[in-house]
Amino acid sequence: MAAYELPTWAALAPALILAATSLVLLVVDSIDPDSSNRPLLAGTATAGSLLALAVTGWYLVAGVGDPSGRGVIELFGGQLVVDRMSLLFTFIFTSVTSMVTVASYDYLRDHSYQAEYYSLIMLAATGMATMASAASLATVFVSFELLSLSSYALVAFLKENRGSVEAGLKYFLIGALSSAVFVYGISLVYAATGSLELTAVAEAAAGTELVGVLGLGVLMVLAGVAFKTASVPFHFWAPEAYEGAPAPISAFLSSASKAAGFVVAFRVFIVAFPVESFLSLGVDWVFAVQILAVVTMTLGNFAAATQDEVKRMLAYSSVGHAGYALIGLAAITGPNSELVLGAGMMHLVVYGFMNTGAFLFVALAEYWDVGRTFEDYNGLASRAPVASLAMTVFMFSLAGLPPFGGFASKYILFMGAVNAGFWWLAAVGAINSALSLYYYSRVVKALWIEDPGDDVASIGLRSQPVGLYAAIVVAAVMTFALLPAFGPVSSTAVDAATILLP
Amino acid sequence: MLIETLIAVTFVGSLVAFAAPNRYAGELAAAISVLPLVGSLVMYSRFDGSGNALLEGGTLAFENTAEWITLGSYSLNWHVGLDGISMPLVVLTTVLTTLAIVSAWTPIDERQSQFYGLVLFMEAGLLGVFAALDFFVWFVFWEAVLVPLYLLIGVWGGPRRKYAAIKVFVYTNVASLAMFIGFVALVFNLPVDTFDLPTVAQSLNAGELTAPAWTSVSTLKNAAFLVMFAGFAVKVPVVPFHTWLPDAHVEAPTPVSVLLAGVLLKMGTYALLRFNFTMLSDVASANAELIAIFAVVSVIYGALLALAQQDLKRIVAYSSVSSMGYVLLGLVAYTTYGVGGATFQMISHGLISGLMFMAVGVIYNTTHTRMVTDMSGLADRMPVTVGILIGGAFGYMGLPLMSGFAAEFFVFLGAFRSETLSGAPVFTAVAMFGIVIVAGYLLFAMQRTLFGPFRLDTDYEVTRAPLHDVAPLFALLLLVIALGVAPDLFFEMIRDAVNEMPLVEAGIGGGN
Repeated sequence: MAAYELPTWAALAPALILAATSLVLLVVDSIDPDSSNRPLLAGTATAGSLLALAVTGWYLVAGVGDPSGRGVIELFGGQLVVDRMSLLFTFIFTSVTSMVTVASYDYLRDHSYQAEYYSLIMLAATGMATMASAASLATVFVSFELLSLSSYALVAFLKENRGSVEAGLKYFLIGALSSAVFVYGISLVYAATGSLELTAVAEAAAGTELVGVLGLGVLMVLAGVAFKTASVPFHFWAPEAYEGAPAPISAFLSSASKAAGFVVAFRVFIVAFPVESFLSLGVDWVFAVQILAVVTMTLGNFAAATQDEVKRMLAYSSVGHAGYALIGLAAITGPNSELVLGAGMMHLVVYGFMNTGAFLFVALAEYWDVGRTFEDYNGLASRAPVASLAMTVFMFSLAGLPPFGGFASKYILFMGAVNAGFWWLAAVGAINSALSLYYYSRVVKALWIEDPGDDVASIGLRSQPVGLYAAIVVAAVMTFALLPAFGPVSSTAVDAATILLP
Repeated sequence: MLIETLIAVTFVGSLVAFAAPNRYAGELAAAISVLPLVGSLVMYSRFDGSGNALLEGGTLAFENTAEWITLGSYSLNWHVGLDGISMPLVVLTTVLTTLAIVSAWTPIDERQSQFYGLVLFMEAGLLGVFAALDFFVWFVFWEAVLVPLYLLIGVWGGPRRKYAAIKVFVYTNVASLAMFIGFVALVFNLPVDTFDLPTVAQSLNAGELTAPAWTSVSTLKNAAFLVMFAGFAVKVPVVPFHTWLPDAHVEAPTPVSVLLAGVLLKMGTYALLRFNFTMLSDVASANAELIAIFAVVSVIYGALLALAQQDLKRIVAYSSVSSMGYVLLGLVAYTTYGVGGATFQMISHGLISGLMFMAVGVIYNTTHTRMVTDMSGLADRMPVTVGILIGGAFGYMGLPLMSGFAAEFFVFLGAFRSETLSGAPVFTAVAMFGIVIVAGYLLFAMQRTLFGPFRLDTDYEVTRAPLHDVAPLFALLLLVIALGVAPDLFFEMIRDAVNEMPLVEAGIGGGN
């Protein structure tokens, strides 16, 4: 198709663009440290992430990473790899980043250190994009830390706000601990196999005598991943961090950062710890993931159902959704495992839009000083019908109701689990899904059915937040359009899973 | 493309109504709803399908397929078409929606554009349910109906509307999820890699189901049948899954009650007919007695509950439980008249219950009470409404020359001679006793509210209802009588479709 061939390193273009944008923002800031030129900063960040998104989309369409197209691209001696899965996840990261930077334009109107804020977001996005491509435990860890360190600072960004600082500190302490566990796990795996590159780990593991060490290492790596994806029992930082952080950052962390955790989980566990040979060694990590999935879904949903604040509810529901996505990994021992793994990826794609949108709606409410509880949202539809309609779309889509994208991804996920013989995983998912309907519909009820309270009656005095509105409407349109246009998403995800699986 | 046009027009119409100013929304929505109504009548007049949509040899009217989602070797495709079972239900949907919209002009006095937008959205979903022939497409529409229902009850309902809305929502959604897992488990153990309902049904009937190593084919079939039955039974509703219904009905505004009883409950029986009784007919017939017990209990218990109510709307709501019990009894009989009568009862009950709910609504608009104890002698003050209400009640009781008679007669005829159901005459006889109770509570309620000296325990002036309130009632009564006089308007195509079903014997009078 192309008249000339791009060099192989160009396959990393999305990550490079994100990193470059971060540096450009720093340059702008060092030229004029007191700059509060919000349009310039937000514009640069958005342009960078949109460019990265466009390149990712182009690569996906052009068949980069597809064995039947341009082939899987390995770089730096197999340290990084660009395949369908890394591109699909980079697509999620860049989409979420664009929406978050656009929305931050309004949210940050009175804050200082704006250039640093956008720069950190870009750095975190770079970390995510590298995580998607990391094919060695070393690059996994480095990109993992790049994302984590930026996230800690972003969570604590509202430094006048005690909640934000406290959340940042908690997140940092737990994050540092789990990083330590993660890297210790990596060292144990290295001890048992003498290798860090994922494919080499898989080969060496088959003949290792240090099964106990290897098993412990695998378990610790799983713990590190569970932390990043906010899976039970490593989830307890999530509600605090999401609640304290600026709402756009909550959106960023709960959609993109979680997806980044999953891309690492998918690649490391499938490529480096292949199920069959690890089962014959006696290291049954699938069983651990199954327990993790069930517990995560159930605990997340039950906790979400008992919350009084919308942001906390969304935080716990995000834990619940991590449980759904874990089904993708938990059910891969059955037949047609590419279907269920692909379904997990599909769910993360749709989740990127609907969950980001939901948190951005919370950001809008914070912008208006509406309050945090369900009651504070009462009657908001009478003041902001468009945003409320969008929020209704997000809520019903998160609950898995048609005609929205979340319906297709969730049901295909359950379908995949049943197909792989794990009907009990699907059943637990279904029960949780029904429960989630209760608390998601509470938001819809508050917006449309209840009569407006005092707080709501007084909003609308300020200028309309164009950036926030734009991001929310885009997210809603995408959430809706993803159902009829589910064909390309599903085929890309199933392709990605097929390439990944042995 | 007629079906797609029908759904698209309704859907776009819902957006138009949503955006319209409140003042014109009612008239506009009625005008919009005439389009699918005319469309469905055109389709009815040009209907050329024969046989059963799901079974071999069935030729579908207005069939269309298009690719949608591919998942590895599986494909989920857009596939729609109509046969003799779904065609009448499509007509029922469009007729009732138009009449419900007109009947909403008086009671709905706030946020009208949103109300009518949601009603039209729901209509689009319902049309999709009856036309879709791919499981995933069908399920999209099936679930899409829930969203407007939730908001319609939640925003415009009675005093306990929030509780009722959430209860309906969660209850029926859980049921759908259970059913989903059951059906999907079946499909994945078939050699065909598709969710196309006809293909799945034919493959199941050809005995191509295999089971995974840890279970047997019969266990799998039974388990799938059980979850699917439970899922659909909630929607129907069959006792003991019926508890959401009275709450929903009592709290819902009248036009929504009309659609809920008239069409939404039929989704449940329609799905039972398509899935449980067509695809897994051997399991159904093996458990015929058990299902018949559910049916008979629904008939009698629903009727007894209705007998105990003081609220006119509750009386009509519980009698729906009873009427749906007849449908289940007809289905399990597996005779032409049993299954055909059950399908006919779906249409007939849709019209009659719609009529009753609307009539109660008109009385409520005037008197602002629905309590039997609060009023008497209404017949003097609003003779036309009361006349039509009595007509509808007679239809419910199964008076000859009304559609209720034809439907129940077919069901009893079919059920009595059933060979798959042992002890059929006993079941039928017990179910027939339900008619006596129905007549009892309806006559009792009529006698106390409509006749005798006029008395009303509220401060409202009782006047004659406006024309646009009475006109839909009149139209429904005419349809009830028309179907009672000439059941073949629908019964012929229904019979043609159900005769193809496995196990169905052409009962008395022959199948053709």
